[in-house]
Order: sequence, then C-alpha cells, then structure tokens
Amino acid sequence: MTKRILLGTVATALVIAAAYANFFIAPTERTMGVIQRIFYFHAATAWAGEMVFFVCFVGNLLYVWKREQKYDWLGVTCAEVGIACISIVLITGPIWAKPVWGIYWTWDARLTSTFVLWLLYISYLLLRTLIEEPGRRALLSALFGIFAFLDVPLVFFSIRWWRTQHPAPVVMGGQGSGLDPTMSKVFFFNVLVMHVFCAFLIVERYIVEKLRHDVDLLQREAEVQ
Amino acid sequence: MSLLSNTSALLGKELRTEFRSRELLTTTSVFILIVLVLFSFATNPGTEEARQFAPGLLWLAILFASSLMFQSCFLREQVNDTLSSLRLAVSDPFAIFLAKLIANTLFLLLTEALMLPFFAIFYNITLWSQLPILWLVLLLGSAGIAVAGTAISAISAQARMRELLLPLLLLPLLTPILVVSATVTGGLLDRDPVVQWKGIAFLAVFDVVFLTALWIFGQYFLEE
Amino acid sequence: MTSLPIPPTGLRFEDIDKRYGSLFALRRVSFEISPGECVILAGRNGSGKTTLLRIAAGIVSPTAGKLSFPGARNDFVPARPGYVAHTTMVYDELTAEENLILFGKLQDVADPEARAEQMLREVNLFERRDSAVRTFSRGMRQRMAIARALIHRPSVLLFDEPATGLDPLGISWLANTLREVNRAGCTVVMSLHGESEISALATRAVQLDAGSVVADTKTGATIRSVLSFGGG
Repeated sequence: MTKRILLGTVATALVIAAAYANFFIAPTERTMGVIQRIFYFHAATAWAGEMVFFVCFVGNLLYVWKREQKYDWLGVTCAEVGIACISIVLITGPIWAKPVWGIYWTWDARLTSTFVLWLLYISYLLLRTLIEEPGRRALLSALFGIFAFLDVPLVFFSIRWWRTQHPAPVVMGGQGSGLDPTMSKVFFFNVLVMHVFCAFLIVERYIVEKLRHDVDLLQREAEVQ
Repeated sequence: MSLLSNTSALLGKELRTEFRSRELLTTTSVFILIVLVLFSFATNPGTEEARQFAPGLLWLAILFASSLMFQSCFLREQVNDTLSSLRLAVSDPFAIFLAKLIANTLFLLLTEALMLPFFAIFYNITLWSQLPILWLVLLLGSAGIAVAGTAISAISAQARMRELLLPLLLLPLLTPILVVSATVTGGLLDRDPVVQWKGIAFLAVFDVVFLTALWIFGQYFLEE
Repeated sequence: MTSLPIPPTGLRFEDIDKRYGSLFALRRVSFEISPGECVILAGRNGSGKTTLLRIAAGIVSPTAGKLSFPGARNDFVPARPGYVAHTTMVYDELTAEENLILFGKLQDVADPEARAEQMLREVNLFERRDSAVRTFSRGMRQRMAIARALIHRPSVLLFDEPATGLDPLGISWLANTLREVNRAGCTVVMSLHGESEISALATRAVQLDAGSVVADTKTGATIRSVLSFGGG
C-alpha cells in the first residue's frame, strides 16, 4: 500500500513540476507563441501512450502463451490507459493546430495512425463487453489485440508513403528539428513524467481489475453455498 | 502434405456449398451495386472530380461488401456444430482458415468481376489497357481483406452482436488496404496510367504479415 | 461394420479439471477405461458428462490434467476418436456421400469414395446418398452422424446421449450397431439417461455429479441403479 501511495505522490509531484516547467522554464517559441507550450504535454503523452500499447501487446502475447489471468488484466488495463492517453493527444492536437496553422486536423501519417490506433483499441474494449465467459473473452481479445498492434505500423507507413500529396505540417516538430536545448530538456522531462504517470494509472487500474475478479469469485462461492 | 490435402478438400467443400446456393455471391454483388449507385447519387459521376474519387469509392464498396460477406463464414459452421467435426478431423487447424480465406478471396474476386463493368460505365472509365495489373491489385487487396476478414469472423462468431461487431473490428484493420489499393488503382485508371509497384509490394507485405499471424495464432481462435 | 481388426485402445483421465471462469465443470476427474470396454457415463444434466466427452474427443482442452490413450496406434499422435453428439456435425447443404467423402479425405482414409459407399450401405443410407442431408429425418441424421464418426475406423467411440429423438426401431438399430462395433474391439463410452436396449450393452458405469466422479461400478444391478438415479 505504501508503495502505491509513494508512486502516486511522486507521479502527481512530477506532473505539477512538468506543468511548471512547461509554463515557466521553457522559453516562448518565436513563431507560434504561448500555444506551443501544449506541445510538450501533447507529444510526451503520445509517446507514453504508444509505450502503453506496446505493453498491452506484450500482455496479449503472454496471455495467449501462458493463459494466466494477470496478463489479461494487464491487457485491459493498458488498453484503457492507452486510450486515455491517445484521447488527450487527439484533443490537444487540434487545440494547438488551429491557432498555429488555422486547421484543426490534418491527415498526416502520425495523426492518422494515432486515430486508427484509438479506433482499434476502442473496438478491443467493445469486444470484451460482448463476450461473457472470462476465459474466452481473455483469449479472443488478446488475439484481436495482437492483430491490432501488428496493423499499426502498416497503417502508419501506408499513410506516410501514399497520402502526402499536399504539404502536411509536421505536427510533432520535436524530432531532431533543432529544438532549443532548454526546450529539449523540458520535452524529455515531460516524456519521463508521462511515463511515470501512466505507470501509476496502470498499477491502480490493474488492482481494480484484480479486485473485481476476486469479488466475482467470492460471489460465486457464496452462491454455491 | 497433410495441410495441403486438408486445405484442398475443405476448399472443395467451401466452393461446392457456395455454388450450390450462390446466396453469398448474389447478395454481395447486388450490395456492391447498390453502394456504387448510392455513391453516384452522393457525388456527381460525370464530372472530373468524381473520376478522381472513383477508385476510392470502388474499394470502399468492396470493403463494405466484405464486412457483410464474412458474417456467415464461421457462423455457418455453428449450425450443426460442423466446426467441431472439422477440428476433430483435420491434422492442422490452419487448414480450416486457409481453405476459408482462399474461398473468400475467390468470392470477392468474382463479385468484383461482376461489378467492374458497372463501375466503368457509371464513371466513364476505360479499364481495358490496365486490366492485367488491375487484376493483380484486386487480387492482392482482396486477399488482404479475406485474411483479416476470416480471422475476425472467427472472433465475432463467438461474441454477441456479431453483425455489428464484425465491421467494427475489421474495418479499422483494413485501413492500409483501403489507402494503398485506392491510390494504386487511381494511378492505373488515370489518363496517363502509372503502375505503382511500391504500392503493389506493400499490399503483398500486408497479406504476408496477416497470413503469418493467422498461421501462428489460428488454432487459438477455435479453442474451447 | 469394421472389417479390419482395430488395435485396442483405452482412455485414461488423470486429474482433469475444466473451469469456465470461476465455475468448475469438471473437478479432478480421474479414471481409466480399458481397451474394448463399453462404459456408460451417467449423471444429471449439468454433471459434466458432455464436457468430459468433448475433452475425450479433443474438442475441448482441459484447464488442468492429462488425457491419454493407452495402446493407441501412434503414441505421439493422440488417437482420433469417433464422436457423436446431439447435432449431426455434417453439412446440410452437401449430400450424404459428399459429406462422408469429405471427412474421409480429411482423415487420410484410403480410397475415401469406396469407404464412403461402404459406410452408407452399412447405415442403410445408400439409396439416399445423393440427397442433401437437409432432407433427412431425425433417424437418418443419426445414422449419418454415426457413419461420419466411424469412417476412419476409430478405436474409441464417444456417444453423447445417442438415443435422443430415436424411435424404438432406431434405438434397436443403434444398439445392434454398438454391439457389433464393440465386439470388433472398439472402446465405447456413452452418456445416457435411463435404461434402454443400449444401456444393456454396458459392462461398467461411471457416475458424475457436479463435475466429480461419485460412483464407478461394474455389477449389473448397480449399473441399473446408477442409471435410474442419475437419469433426467
């Protein structure tokens, strides 16, 4: 219990620190102005989200291989946290893009594959609600999760190579496009913070899932008696 | 090899069953036709802009039709629990999937063949010169749709609300097929046709990735 | 029915568990069936008979425990039992002959066409070999299912409530068929409700209740009592 409280406290403290850094430490960007500050949060959440989905994929593979319930719990937990991250990305993106480029959305490779990723994992969660038996639900959703994750790079490259007729603004100009050193540090600090925060969310959600299972078990045993 | 002989026996069964009733082929063909007609009402087929949309609309119609076509794929094995007798009889469960996805690819190609003339007429497009390559694109695209569709239909057959679930699971997965097939088809049907081999290779890669995934994981889809 | 000798094969269940979520369909089921035995699985609805048979057939995998076939032809490949359940497990849209040839081919039966013809004659469906199974009556469907189950000359036959829906003539025919098959060396395991001509063939009864074995007897009197106790 204390480890959880510690993790939660550290995670919250880091988020506050990151917010401070985003607003007060990072210099104002020359062309975009203050609105650019949302970029740190937006991009860092995107990276964390992708990492979370990768953990989901690993959980899915482990479940199919070992059939231990904990991997199923890990899968659904990561799917939910990942969807939360991606939802944030999809909301903060347009908030940033509209003042800067005058458009809410662009169909560039990263945004599009992010959106399809979001759709796929929403479907993953929907699939789970439509299968009653826990063993079947775990197995079939793990299999779908594996197929979904394998699809994501295919989506990304298909858009990048065949949908770039119109000049698309590079939404996340952070990668090696000459970020100011302070900005760079703030960005990577945000990345760290979001990973820690997601870890905290995953731990808490996993525990909820385990408790849900234990309660279910107790209920059934009570019914039998 | 047992896998090949099992697959060919099952493929024979799939084809025989379908050609006896032809219900899947007729309903899917009519559906694609209806979708194409509706697209014509929604756009303006005679114009130049519509010509540019046409390849995308074609593939969109194929995708929608496939999400209907694959509903029955594993559902028809539940009627008399033939899935159990098949699983008992075959030496490699992948044969069940392989036979179904080959059959589904063939059925898709057949409906596309029936529907292409209408497409060409509605949108005033000449297909003749590029027909062989067009068929290659249709083949690779349809195979990709069939592989993913067969896998997803095995999942949705075991869940509730399967009619809605199947498109929900399948269509996002098929985004790469839609993008690339539409683009490559567009290049072929342009006034100055161009063959995008990179795109064709990409479709083949998609097919191989999902076929391999199905080969590795297929047996687990059918477990009880 | 089975002109060639069948290598005798038994069944061994070792600590078989089958769990669906937190529900135990089978709990630590352990017993062995000797080659050539004819055994009844008795028990109320929901006692686990169908699940156990499906595990023996290889359609359902146990959550824990081991299933083996002592004496099977090939130790590395699990024996492929013949399995007959409530549904025919054949294709309604195909003819009787097409169905049998398909299942023959899938199981590497030598000359599947000839074997299919032989099976159809033995179950008295040869005249209807070109009719779609969809047109068959309940009794004919049962005979179709048995032909499918026996086409590859299995050494173990599993029956889940075989007499359901059969008229007395059908039950007689089934009893005769089972007697012949068992006499030829096939191990027979069947789940039954209540006494009949078919239950009289058995030399042993194993009773399940709530997923566990509660009785295992070989004497005639107790077999009958097990059947009547666990019936319905």
